Amino acid sequence: MTAEQSSNGLLSGSTLERVLRAGHFAVTGELGPPQSADGQVIREKAALLRGKCDAINITDNQTAIVRMSSIGAGAILVQEGLEPVIQMTCRDRNRLAIQSDLLGAYALGMRNLLCLTGDHQSFGNHPTAKNVFDIDSLQLIRMVTEMRDEGIFQCGEAFKGPEPRFFAGAAAAPFADPVDFRPYRLAKKVKAGANFIQTQLVYDIDAFAAYMEKVRRLGLHEQTFLLAGVGPIKSPGMARYMKNNVPGILVPDELIDQMTAAGAPWADIPKEQLTKEDKQARSAAWKEEGIRICIELIQQLREIEGVAGVHIMAIEWEEAVGPIAEGAGLLPRPTFEPAPAGGG
Amino acid sequence: MIVAEQKPLQEIKALIGDAERVLVVGCGTCVTVCFAGGTREAAITSASLRMSTKLDGKEREITDVTVQRQCEWEYLDEVREQVEQADLILSLGCGIGVQAMTEHFPEKWVVPGLNTSFLGLPTEQGVWAERCAACGDCILGLTGGICPIARCSKSLLNGPCGGSEAGHCEIDPDVPCAWQLIYDRLASMDKLDALLEIQPPKNWSTSRDGGPRKIVREDLRLAEEK
Repeated sequence: MTAEQSSNGLLSGSTLERVLRAGHFAVTGELGPPQSADGQVIREKAALLRGKCDAINITDNQTAIVRMSSIGAGAILVQEGLEPVIQMTCRDRNRLAIQSDLLGAYALGMRNLLCLTGDHQSFGNHPTAKNVFDIDSLQLIRMVTEMRDEGIFQCGEAFKGPEPRFFAGAAAAPFADPVDFRPYRLAKKVKAGANFIQTQLVYDIDAFAAYMEKVRRLGLHEQTFLLAGVGPIKSPGMARYMKNNVPGILVPDELIDQMTAAGAPWADIPKEQLTKEDKQARSAAWKEEGIRICIELIQQLREIEGVAGVHIMAIEWEEAVGPIAEGAGLLPRPTFEPAPAGGG
Repeated sequence: MIVAEQKPLQEIKALIGDAERVLVVGCGTCVTVCFAGGTREAAITSASLRMSTKLDGKEREITDVTVQRQCEWEYLDEVREQVEQADLILSLGCGIGVQAMTEHFPEKWVVPGLNTSFLGLPTEQGVWAERCAACGDCILGLTGGICPIARCSKSLLNGPCGGSEAGHCEIDPDVPCAWQLIYDRLASMDKLDALLEIQPPKNWSTSRDGGPRKIVREDLRLAEEK
């Protein structure tokens, strides 16, 4: 199989691919595996996301903290009848390990893959570990799409049997420095073969619209499906933290003010006099506002030409995805007949 | 140059153990320039060890000498006599110096007094920074003379990742983002087009990953050594 698409016109046959190719506004969610061997955690989180999105990203040792593997957790999702997007970073595996893991993931029924560089290990719980970075995210995308489209391993040798056919995605950080280069780095990812893109969290619609204008000028929105990253904010503190501490995330002051205003009924109570009930009520008010803002952002993003969907990141707050998707008018999600067997 | 820094005195003392005649051997090349293991540092180290030995109520003979280059046999022959009189050598050379001493004087126990840090240069008085990872396949011609292998925390060939902010690497605000430097440099030279090329996976076999490295120049070898 060396043609770019199989006879059914699909690269992978994944639900995510079919939703996007059918022209629906796609919704992906995100699930962080546990720091344990407890598969039940995956099943419980998956239940919260069922029917609320088309596919669920499973992080790969996010922030360099060891967790259940993305592929292991992905296999549980497949058993549950849900569709994972396997995240694969370049930090922990060399080109041999990545390729063999992908063969296994495909054999277990996984069809979507997000290719990432990976956070540096100094942020995680094994800061003294050796990092790998044998290849980078651009090279990973190319490797995965060549595995699918050319039927070859990275070394150029042909597969001895069916090739893994992943719907290959990549990340984009529209607001990271150097900002002027970002649309061009996205172009490189598209050139390397990225079929879909999930962006870093977007809170500043104006800045994102300006980025998208450059993306459109390069024609990238016609060559890939771009899903804008959104995430509900839990508190004004979280908004301020992201604004000040997370590279590549822009949080407008207006949004921080909105979150602060949601906690106004408790603002005048001295900290030490806040009861547990007060704190719970304030947290609920903040969360409600966070969900409302997220819905509003999705509605604005949907109006931007070239945005093919949203990636809702609500890690450790998976129950927020349902109300967000509902509020944004994104439910019910489209369904399809089972895809023809992969492998072309 | 090779940049190194001295090990803490306590660690050096533990490495010396009960040796009674210690020879501290400095090196007059890279580690002199980075103030880690030259004549001056060898004298200070041996004086510190003498003082510390006295405070511990012990007795031992500690002397020092510095050779011009600890990584070449011919310079080591010059101190053969002093080496033979000692029962332990504390090398203030880089890791190459320590091993050259070990190979040249196989009957002696040689311990390191320095931690060899990196290949770099002084950026200001008292500050040294890494510049080269000795990967064996130089790509500086592609990246405007700024090495992403040595200077990007992830050694990316298609950077920058999303963790670059205001010119700094995400791992530490004191670490400049190598890819920001590359971007700025190529922009200033009107060569940004070079960054649009996707760089393929690197051949790491010329780096340490390919095993211990060796260069053989037949044109320079002596007939009797072949």
